[in-house]
Order: sequence, then C-alpha cells, then structure tokens
Amino acid sequence: MKEDSLLSSLSKRGVSRREFMKFCSAMAATLALPSGFATQIAEALEKKQKPYAVWLEFQDCAGDTESMLRATKPTITEIVLDVISLEYHETIMAAAGKQAEKSLMDVVKNHKGKYFAIVEGAIPKKDGGVYCTIGGRTALDIATEVCGNALVTLAVGSCSSWGGIPSAKPNPTGAVSVKEAVPGITVVNLPGCPMNVENVTATIVHYLTFGTLPPLDSRNRPYFAHGKRIHDNCERRAHYDAGQFVRQWGDDGHRKGWCLYEMGCKGPEAHFNCPTIKWNEGTSWPVQGGHGCIACAADNNWDLMSPFYKRLPKVPGFGVEKTADKIGVGIAAAAAAGVAAHAIAGASKKKESKEQEKV
Amino acid sequence: MRAVENALGITIPDNARIIRNLITGIQYVQDHVIHFYHLHALDWVDIVGALKADPAKTSLLAQSISDWPKSSASYFKGVQSKVKALVDSGQLGIFSNAYWGHPAYKLPPEANLMAVAHYLEALDWQRDVIKIQTLLGAKNPHAQTYLVGGMSIPVDPNSQNALNAGSIAFISGLSKKAHEFVEKVYIPDLLAVASFYKEWAGYGGGVGNFLACGEFPNDNETNTANLWLPRGIIKNKDLSKVHPVDHTKIMEYVTHSWYEYKEGDGKAKHPWDGETNYKYSGPKPPYEFLDTNKKYSWLKAPRYEEMPMEVGPLARMLVAYGSGHKRVKEVVDSVLKKLGVGPEALFSTLGRVAARGIETLVTAEMLPVWLDQLAAGMKKGDLRIHNGSKWEPSTWPKEAKGFGFHEAPRGALGHWILIKDKKIANYQCVVPSTWNGSPRDAKGQKGPYEAALIGTPVADINKPVEILRTVHSFDPCMACAVHVVDAAGKELTKIRIV
Repeated sequence: MKEDSLLSSLSKRGVSRREFMKFCSAMAATLALPSGFATQIAEALEKKQKPYAVWLEFQDCAGDTESMLRATKPTITEIVLDVISLEYHETIMAAAGKQAEKSLMDVVKNHKGKYFAIVEGAIPKKDGGVYCTIGGRTALDIATEVCGNALVTLAVGSCSSWGGIPSAKPNPTGAVSVKEAVPGITVVNLPGCPMNVENVTATIVHYLTFGTLPPLDSRNRPYFAHGKRIHDNCERRAHYDAGQFVRQWGDDGHRKGWCLYEMGCKGPEAHFNCPTIKWNEGTSWPVQGGHGCIACAADNNWDLMSPFYKRLPKVPGFGVEKTADKIGVGIAAAAAAGVAAHAIAGASKKKESKEQEKV
Repeated sequence: MRAVENALGITIPDNARIIRNLITGIQYVQDHVIHFYHLHALDWVDIVGALKADPAKTSLLAQSISDWPKSSASYFKGVQSKVKALVDSGQLGIFSNAYWGHPAYKLPPEANLMAVAHYLEALDWQRDVIKIQTLLGAKNPHAQTYLVGGMSIPVDPNSQNALNAGSIAFISGLSKKAHEFVEKVYIPDLLAVASFYKEWAGYGGGVGNFLACGEFPNDNETNTANLWLPRGIIKNKDLSKVHPVDHTKIMEYVTHSWYEYKEGDGKAKHPWDGETNYKYSGPKPPYEFLDTNKKYSWLKAPRYEEMPMEVGPLARMLVAYGSGHKRVKEVVDSVLKKLGVGPEALFSTLGRVAARGIETLVTAEMLPVWLDQLAAGMKKGDLRIHNGSKWEPSTWPKEAKGFGFHEAPRGALGHWILIKDKKIANYQCVVPSTWNGSPRDAKGQKGPYEAALIGTPVADINKPVEILRTVHSFDPCMACAVHVVDAAGKELTKIRIV
C-alpha cells in the first residue's frame, strides 16, 4: 500500500503549513514540552507514514468513543483521515459483519508488531469469557490476538485501564483490565471516565515524534497526564487553604466557587490533568461545574473512592492553620445566616455536629 | 436519579428541571445528527460514488434544497479531492471494506458528494454545539452535575463561578448554531436522501406497538401529565388512540435469555420484583450460530400487557402526533407531504429515520425556550438548584421504593429501585435497546428488531446492507448484537452491528 506523510496528506486536504504548526504547538503544550519542541514534532510528523490503528470495544459504554469524537487537537476528522489509519472501529466504521472482522484481521496479519491497538472496555475472564463475545469470539480471545501482535496497546478509559464499573464489587463477570487479561504486552493506561481525548492524541503524537512512549509511572500512566493531583492545580485551591468550604448545594459559598472538599471532592487523592486541560476545548470540568471530583481516573474508584459525597477522612498536609471541622463549623454557621437573611426557600437545615460524626 | 427522587418523594427546584431539559435537549440534537451522518448515512450514501460527481451540479443541487452557505462548486470540488486523496492513498481507514458500489445504493453521484461534505461538516459541528452540555454538565461525555434532588451547577447572575448572563449568552449562541445546521443541512439532506429510497416506507415496520414515557417536564418533575413530549402508548399502529402508561404493566421475560428466575422462566416479572440471576447456556465460544429455540441473548424480553413495544424517536413522535402535539403534528405533516406519502408510511424503516430528524428539529427549536425560562428565573432572584431535604440518609424511611422514566435519545429508559435500611435492596433497569433488541418471550413473540427484519429484501446475502438499514434505523446500543433470521426462522448469519 502506498504510504503517505502527514503533511502531504494535510496539504491535499487544504491544511496550510501555518495551521499544521499551530497543531504541533498545541501538541507540545498538551505534552508539557517546551515550545521549541513544536518544530521537532512537525519534522517527525512530516516524515512518518500514517500508522495503522485498530480500536476494540469490549465491556464498555462507547463513552471513550464519544470522547474521541470531541477531539480538537487534532480534530476527529484529522485523526481518522490524516494522523492514523484507523482500520477498525465498531461504532464509526462503515463496514459491518464479516467485512468488518476482515479489516481487523488484515491489520493483525499485514502489519504485525507495527500497529496501535486501542482498547475501550473491560475484559471478562470468568467462565471462559462468555460474558462478552463479538461474532462468536470472546473479548479475551480477540484481545489476546490483537493486542498480543500490536506495537503498543493504549487502554483508553478506566474500564480497560483498571476494570472500571464492570469490575466493581461483586464483579459478576470477572472483568479485568487489558494488562491483566493479556499479560506481558506493552500497555499505556489512559484512564478517566471517559478518557480525555487530548491525552490520547498527545500520547500517539509523542510516539510518532520521539519514537518512544511518553514517560510512564508505575501504573503505566503517562506522567504528563497523571503526574499531578487534581488538588495541586485546582482553581479552588486558595479557598481550601483559606478554609472556605461549600456546605450545601447552592449555598453562598457554592455560588462563589469555594472548595468542594466538604461535599466529598476526591481531588486530593486523584491524579489527573483535568484542571489544566479541562474538557471540550477548555469549556469546563467537574469542579468548575460545582461538583466534586469522583476520582474517575483512579483505580477502582467505585469501591475505593465512594461514598462520593462524604469527605475524605484525612488529607496529608491538610489545612494551613486549622482542621476542617473547626473551620467548617464557623463557615457553615455564617452560610446558614446568609441563607436565612436572603430568605431562600428550600435550603436544608443540616446539623453540623451530625455531619462531623459521619466522616 | 428520578427513581431515587420518586422513592423519597423529592421535588426538584425549577432551575434544576430546566437545566436537565437543556442538557437532554442538546443531547438529542447532537446525538441524532451523529446517528444520521456518522452511524447510519453510509448505509444509504456511497462515499466512493461521490468521486463521479460533478461539483457544479452538486452545487446546484445543494442550492436547490437549502440556503446553507457552504454550497459553491469550488467547495464541493475541495471535498471531492479530499475523498480522492483518501481513496488514492490506499489507506481507507474507517471506510475500508464497506459495501461501496452495492446495487442497493441509489443516490446519484451529486447527492453522494453533498452527503459526504455534510458528514465532514457535522463532525466539526457536533463537537462545538455539545459544549452546552459541558457548561451545564461540567464535562462531555458523562455529565457530572446531576444530584439526587437537583443539580450541582450553581446559578447566580452576580458570580463568576455560577451560571450567569455570560453563560446564557454562550448557550444562546450555540443553540442558534445547533438549530441552523438542523434546519438548513440535516432536514434538507434527510428529505433529499429519503426521496430516492421511498420503497423503504414499505419495509422494517416491526411490532407496530410503541411506548413513550415522555420527557421534558414543563413544570414539576413529579407531574407526569405535563411533559413537552407526552407519555403514552400506541397499539397496533392505531394513531387514533393514545393509551396511558401504567408502569406496573411492564414485565420482563427470561425465557430466551441467559438468566433464570427462581420460580421458573415461564412467567414474567415486574422490575420491582426483578431478578438478575445470570446463567449462560449458549454454545462454547468461538461459535458461528446461536439457536433461537433456546436461550440466545443477554437481553431480557420486556413486555407491556404482554406485548412487545418499540421505543425511540418514532415512538415519541407517534405518541405526540396521536396526542395532538401541535408542533410535532405540523412538522410530521409537512414531511409526509414533501415525500408524497401518508401517515401509514411512518411505520417503517424510512419512518424511523424521518421521525429522528423531525424530533431533532422540534427539540432544537425548544432550546432557546428553556434557556429563556432559566434566565427569567434568575431575573426573579430564584437561585435554587437543589432540594436537600432528603440529602442525608438519616432522613429516609426504613423502606422506600420508586421508579424513574427518562427518554434517552434512543428511547424509553426505566429504572426501578427498592431501598431498605438506607441501602439499595434491588435495582433494575429496562433500557431502550432491551425493548427494541428484545429476544422472544414465553409465547415466542419477537421483539422489534427481529420483527422489523421480516420481509426485508436482501440482494446479496454476503453483503446485507439492507439489513443494516433497518437495524441501524433503531439506533441500537453498540454493546448489543443481533441475529439474522429468515422467514422460516432459520438463522442465516450473525452480524455485529457496527
């Protein structure tokens, strides 16, 4: 097959050199690289042929697929037409049935060891894997063959990274992550519910640029996306340090953008770059939307980070001067007074002492 | 959310209700457009066929059906060269191995080219307009601002950390953009494509019973009578009578599903009494075929008064039409008139595709209406977003049970919950693809997908694009599979719906 460089492919589609460089700069920024790297990324992309990729869906909700459709740097159109040659993706590919399965097997056969396998969803192992079959084959069987022959496997979303919702207690189908299902393969975990597509495209471009995967932590997650806690970069951090906490949904502090720690925010325990890159071109992210972080990118958050609306018991280095309880009582009393003064109906009359007991 | 609110008797504030309407509304508009262009159009549109089009004639065609500005000959020439570059590269990616050139493709090359151009435009458009949901739901996909009792997104015209005048302006701009594309691109394309496939008004009818639980409450979440899209049931294609929905009449069979009920598989169970005891008894993988005389699906078989029901945009539009919904009736009648067919054409594959488009248009028209309601409430000083009276489990009764309905883009969704000692004692969901993709029940009655495929002509059994047309018209959940059966009940081939 004739291979094409990214830039020539882009120029055929009427993308200018200037726009291309803009994209490379954006990539460098997502990867937390100095701006000079944009040129290096551009040079690498110009030379590289479009790599082959296949996308597998197992125990999933297609949330990561939907997330992929929201890609901006590059856009989904650029991804599927220019950056990678995505030969198989159940949801968006035109082919179906036997023809679709042929596309998948063609890549495994003809590009062995050279393609990206992108996996969405957990893989059930119990009872021989009967709980997820596609065309009569188990997810375990397909993943073993497709991921086992790939250059690298990208586990997108928390289900393929850790097992996610399907593996939450009591894990009826024996759902596991790709790494557990197919031991020994090279996996990059890109968790999140769903994954943030900008981290996925940045990982691919990093590989195309430098010929290596971005630095990974002990859980196979890229440092650039999971190296810092939500709490470290949170826009509400100043309110945390100042002891200004939301106590009820819609209270004065909530409307002023105070810290959501008391409402159960798991930001201090969650490692993700949400506060930096946000969602949908920087439009918002959960804390900005007034809701605490549920640590959706953390391993087994459904069991280990719940209840989602109870505050974390102990946060290392918590508080600048006082404990949350002491600060909280004062603030809540002030907030309650504020509520009464403005005669806003419907506010509940939570007892602070009760709240403290339940932590 | 609604199931728990129903169980605990919680009424949510107006702001929360309106924000939920807006989130669901933009979800319909964006999701339906993605479905039409990216998940369904290629069953009708031959991408490779677009290479033969004359860009000048394509421009004339586009301008004859819409005043959408991107319609010049040079624009379509540019799109065509993109397609050519892709085909020439030999790396077709997501377009590999499809049924291009199949005799069932009937569009002239110019219509193919126009549709491909809009396929690409819609990809960019959807990413932008869904930001309405990001602003109100904090992220997309998977909005995170829903709370039992309301929403977590604060409302305050005097704060930079809450929905304010700037947010209203942001949403207003995007909702205009959403409506414009639907009115000037999606609907004209739908009518143009449909006019070449009118025979599909005669295929894919299905079970003929339709259930809509209704959506978009006009005043109070607990008041089911006042929904913008009404709740109701159409039986046996009779549009003259809309029956009320009684949730206690919904029962699920597992006769042909890989589950077992303690008291045997012959009887159906209401979701409050529902059981999920899975027991696989199918062939050992890898396998080629499933035996429909035995158990053959992970889906249960929901029935209403023992009848299979179709859910989705067609069900919602038919129930609205039958209930005399003014705007829905206007748009349905105008579409039928333009295509030169009567209401009976709605009970078909083509009807399902058309109903989705009609719903998208009328929903896009409502976005500014709901937005105005939100702004009006803010103006009056109503800043409530949450009813916290039952937030603490200590306020709950020892036992409670409830149910909640929601119309997801692909159809009616019901959740049933049983709460005991502040914990979930039972939770059952009956989801749209369970209704539509349901296997047979104890009486052997087929579900909507299976019934709709009967009588579908297939030109080439190895390339059954005709089957895809009908199954895709339901907008099946991608986690599901179907089993193709001929009129004699013999299974021919199993297709993964992609």
